[in-house]
Amino acid sequence: MSERLVIGIGNPDRGDDAAGVRVARSVHGGRVIEWADCSVLMDLWDRVDDVIVVDAMRSGLPPGSVCRFDAGLEPLPARAFPSSHSFGLAETVELARSLDRLPGRLIIYAIEVSDLSIGAELSDDVAEAVERLAAEINAQLGVG
Amino acid sequence: MHDERDITVDYLARVEGEGGFHLELRGDEVADLKFRIFEPPRFFEALLRGRRFGEAPDITARICGICPIAYQVSACNAMEDAAGVDVPDELQALRRLIYCGEWIESHALHVYFLHAPDFLGFESGIAMAEIFPDRIETGLALKKMGNTLMTILGGREIHPINLRVGGFYRVPTRAELDVLVAPLRSALDAAIETTRWVAGFPFPDFARDYEFVALSHPTEYAIHQGRILSNRGLDIAVDEWPDWFREEHVEWSNALHARTRDGRSYHVGPMARFSLNSDRLTEQARQEADRAGLGATVNNPFQSIVVRAVEMVFACEEALRIIEGYRRPVQPSIPVAPASATGHGVSEAPRGLLYHRYTVDDAGVITDAHIVPPTSQNQLSIEEDLRAFVPGQVHLPDDELQWKLEQAIRNYDPCISCATHFLDFSVERR
Repeated sequence: MSERLVIGIGNPDRGDDAAGVRVARSVHGGRVIEWADCSVLMDLWDRVDDVIVVDAMRSGLPPGSVCRFDAGLEPLPARAFPSSHSFGLAETVELARSLDRLPGRLIIYAIEVSDLSIGAELSDDVAEAVERLAAEINAQLGVG
Repeated sequence: MHDERDITVDYLARVEGEGGFHLELRGDEVADLKFRIFEPPRFFEALLRGRRFGEAPDITARICGICPIAYQVSACNAMEDAAGVDVPDELQALRRLIYCGEWIESHALHVYFLHAPDFLGFESGIAMAEIFPDRIETGLALKKMGNTLMTILGGREIHPINLRVGGFYRVPTRAELDVLVAPLRSALDAAIETTRWVAGFPFPDFARDYEFVALSHPTEYAIHQGRILSNRGLDIAVDEWPDWFREEHVEWSNALHARTRDGRSYHVGPMARFSLNSDRLTEQARQEADRAGLGATVNNPFQSIVVRAVEMVFACEEALRIIEGYRRPVQPSIPVAPASATGHGVSEAPRGLLYHRYTVDDAGVITDAHIVPPTSQNQLSIEEDLRAFVPGQVHLPDDELQWKLEQAIRNYDPCISCATHFLDFSVERR
């Protein structure tokens, strides 16, 4: 088992959907998944003990809200993480659980989005949340 | 027994996109049955008008996250037909190679995660993974092989960006393809294992005399080029598609229903390809088909899962063959000048025949676009399957009957997102 890993998921060119990617890019050693289905997560976190995943979420909370889920304790609310690419985040976490391929610790941060327009910038609320969360994760990692 | 029963499924699970079905039984008779597609229309044909001819492959690829290569290849074929150019064999082979990746990826997803759970009594692939983790790992490994092929040739696995009218933007080096050989050999073993596994599933005793329609080529198991054939004697060039088939709107579906020109249903997809072209399968694929007990033709739609597995064996062998003979083309594409013309293009998406037609003006601007995906063509056949299948199952309680009917729909691996790409739907106002 090796170090910790931060993974951001999203389309960098679809407004707030980029939230997870932007957080991961602001974090030391962060990895991103931009153009793949989430099942590649299991390969990315293979042999890593402590993993943080950041994704966009649509749950009905105010834009910029950040939720924290501990995948070791509970399943993710699948409806909040829709995906058009066969395996979404919630499905992948449950598949990994069934296959005994979850990392020792898996924390998911989800940022509530509002504008998913093609080519749009992050909306203000989400941009603020990205900055706050990146700083918090860097602090957890002992850098920053 | 019940006199009247209604079974309605609002949201079908384990299909791509949003659809459902409604069944009304009076005694043992089917009073009403509808495969409903309510995913909203997506207007792709309208947004293609006014765009440059070279943009069609990348725009239409967005119709589907599972089978973008099918859209890109059919669009390229149509544009090259309009321009009157022939892409050289060496570039065609690379298209075939990336298409093999898409077949492997899409078939692995359907066989393991969408369809196998039906036969084994699981709600989902995730539930199945708890009991059969090794099987699901095999499925994931196959899917990853397909994705890797698409990434190396296409630049990325979702909506690849490297195909263009006339060829590719960049062609891979020999070394980039050589690293695929060992994983492809493992994937071939996995595909063979898959075929033997699914061949042992319990298949309902059901068959229909389908009119199979597929692309066919004299020397290869057709994927990206050939003529359109049927098992009823049809043998036409791709540009004759509109003369032989038509589409119509029905009120319960946001996807157009395709029929033969005289109104009959027809069936596209793995079973159609297999039944028309199985003698051109690669060696091990042919052997595995024989071992699985598939005859010259497959008429039981529940056995489509076996045909998909055989096609994965084929796609692995074919990818290995193409890589073995690969010499990097000097030019990644040939020049294509726009001409005022209409072009037709077809290829075999994992789910079946995918037809594109474009009219382009002399400045290279698209003035008309028409796309007919496989699920649109199969809708009528799906409904006829259900009508024929229900009478033998009416003894089942509602929940079991519903499960069986959902399984019968999943026989077609329907892609509802593809089927609702279209523009023209009529609204009747009184």
